[in-house]
Amino acid sequence: MSDSAKQPNSDLTNLNNDYATKYGFRDPVDYFHKGAKGINHEVVEMISKLKKEPRWMTDRRHEALDMFFSKPIPQWGNTALLNEIDFQNIYYFVKPVKEMSKDWDDVPEYIKKTFDRLGIPEAEKKFLGGVSAQYESEVVYHSMRDDLKKQGVIFLSMDGGLHEQEEVVRKYFGTVVPPADNKFAALNTAVWSGGSFIYVPPGLDVKIPLQAYFRINVENMGQFERTLIIADKGSRVHYIEGCTAPIYSTESLHAAVVEVIALEGAYIRYTTIQNWARNIFNLVTKRASAYRNATVEWIDGNIGSRLSMKYPCIQLVGEGAKAEVLSVAFAGINQHQDAGAKVIHAAPNTSSRITSKSISKDNGRASYRGLVKIYKNAVNSKASVECDALLIGEEARSDTYPTMEIDNDQVKVEHEARVSKVAEEQLFYLTSRGLTEDEARLLIVNGFMEPFTKELPMEYAVELNRLIELEMEGTVG
Amino acid sequence: MTEKNPLLDFRDIHVEVEGKEVIRGVSLQVYSGQIHAIMGPNGSGKSSLSNALMGHPDYSIIKGEAYLDGQNMLKMSPDERSHAGLFLAFQYPLAIPGVTVANFLRTALKSHRGKDADMSDFRRIFLKQMNALSIDRSFATRYLNEGFSGGEKKKVEILQMAMLNPKIALLDETDSGLDIDALKIVSNEINRFHNDNNGILLVTHYQRLLNYVKPHHVHVMISGRLVKSGGPELALQLEEKGYDWIEKATRGKVEV
Repeated sequence: MSDSAKQPNSDLTNLNNDYATKYGFRDPVDYFHKGAKGINHEVVEMISKLKKEPRWMTDRRHEALDMFFSKPIPQWGNTALLNEIDFQNIYYFVKPVKEMSKDWDDVPEYIKKTFDRLGIPEAEKKFLGGVSAQYESEVVYHSMRDDLKKQGVIFLSMDGGLHEQEEVVRKYFGTVVPPADNKFAALNTAVWSGGSFIYVPPGLDVKIPLQAYFRINVENMGQFERTLIIADKGSRVHYIEGCTAPIYSTESLHAAVVEVIALEGAYIRYTTIQNWARNIFNLVTKRASAYRNATVEWIDGNIGSRLSMKYPCIQLVGEGAKAEVLSVAFAGINQHQDAGAKVIHAAPNTSSRITSKSISKDNGRASYRGLVKIYKNAVNSKASVECDALLIGEEARSDTYPTMEIDNDQVKVEHEARVSKVAEEQLFYLTSRGLTEDEARLLIVNGFMEPFTKELPMEYAVELNRLIELEMEGTVG
Repeated sequence: MTEKNPLLDFRDIHVEVEGKEVIRGVSLQVYSGQIHAIMGPNGSGKSSLSNALMGHPDYSIIKGEAYLDGQNMLKMSPDERSHAGLFLAFQYPLAIPGVTVANFLRTALKSHRGKDADMSDFRRIFLKQMNALSIDRSFATRYLNEGFSGGEKKKVEILQMAMLNPKIALLDETDSGLDIDALKIVSNEINRFHNDNNGILLVTHYQRLLNYVKPHHVHVMISGRLVKSGGPELALQLEEKGYDWIEKATRGKVEV
């Protein structure tokens, strides 16, 4: 292909500028509390004290820190990269403003500017039920529509939840993801800050999605948000988090914990699109418990980061419970997306479906790592796993590590895995209609992701497509 | 007519596929307002010629010249040829999973116009064209060619042609896979598309499409060469006597 007849693709060019201003900017670092680098019991004590937490939470943090110290780095996954993390070279707590703002007018100007660029107020006008935007380690802006509040939906920052709903938090915190689960869950429990707390009362159908935006803005700062969602009996809720991160020069750690509880007959969908800066380690523990006839769905899109290790899990603990995990991972140059899903069938008549799609480009690597466990008592259960990998370029890599542990024979289990390349013939077909090779490749990739994208609210789908467009720029082969 | 420059003009084209020469010196001029048909038995090189003209990377033109409306085509990539006004209706259109017919056509139109088509305009024209081809509206949101029958694929190729409105349309075995009703509908659309400012090059094994789309010129391709040219009557002779007749008649004149 020559350049002569190539249309100047203004969208792409603008998008690039857009990206630089929209995601690449950083505000001057002038923070209210910025502790020292490194982690020890003193730091944990300080975090808890600054947040004026009840003693039981402080104690939990200290216990968790001991677990963090005693646990080794995981000996599976990309251990070479994991060993690069220098835990003593990270800030564990940054608090940018004195108090959490509930009113937009109270939010500092430079933070507003950031949000304006991220389009939050605009988005809010359209369809947001509540916004809880996390800026640094603390939620600085939080709003909720009056009608939601009247209905009894509690949507707070996790810190707010701890203060206003202490008993509920105490009852559920750490029950789905105990600190002993893994080294990063322990670290999160010790130093967590921010995240969302949601409680939906019995029988309530929350019609509009609840959303939170997350953002990291200090070099070498770890972000350890903690999210807890409880949907009471027969209620329904959709929570969405979209993450963008600026471009850094040094390593940054993100280790979140998300706990989701769907009580009898409840429905929870949790949608995430993460677009981390290319040097971020994104090590997240997301887990849900679904009780009798409850449904939990993880919709999980992973773009960016240096290394992501993320396996959203659903424990089907009640009869008739359902699980759905739909994930997309995009591994670009020098990136490793180690993503997957886990479903534990621990009750009869439970069903699950995992659909994992990955795209590897240049020397990017996407791994699917999954577990389906069906216990002996989980008779008449159904599980299906579908892994679909698309490779772009000769160096791109994809691996699949599916594990099935089936302890009874009255079950139906399906597993399918496919690896494909962008076919020359497809490219020719599309270019013969006037698309450049880049445009054709992008269209094929967007088509590949369509089963995922169509599950997203329109704004997110558009955003995701634009991010993929950026990632696809300059692809060869 | 000779005063005008041809829309499509190729001279002494040689095409190689995997090191084998499949087109061995073919020349043709298609002027605006003309319909040409290239007929030939299976394996004679008809599809290779269409693919090579569109710029398929596996079909390299090793010798010859080709011009599209006066521009040297051989230096152009397939997308550039498309922008310059060339269209190929594929014999075997490929499925593009996850890309809806509507989305695909909008993207293609955008690439031609350099800007996004107005949504309501696009919708109106798109629905009108689908209607003309008796394509059910549900196809707008179906994934391109995925699970389509042979006939549906061919109709959607013609739909694309109608939407992109090329100067030169190469129709590669468009009649294959069509039942008689679909053949009439598709022929109707081809005739409606055709005007004094464009040209069509049909490539076909059978004469039956030519009952509905009347060519001005018919050429016979055997073993990578055009061995005989004539008017529409030539197609009828072929139908009656078969390709053997031509092969016998031209033997001696042409190395086969």
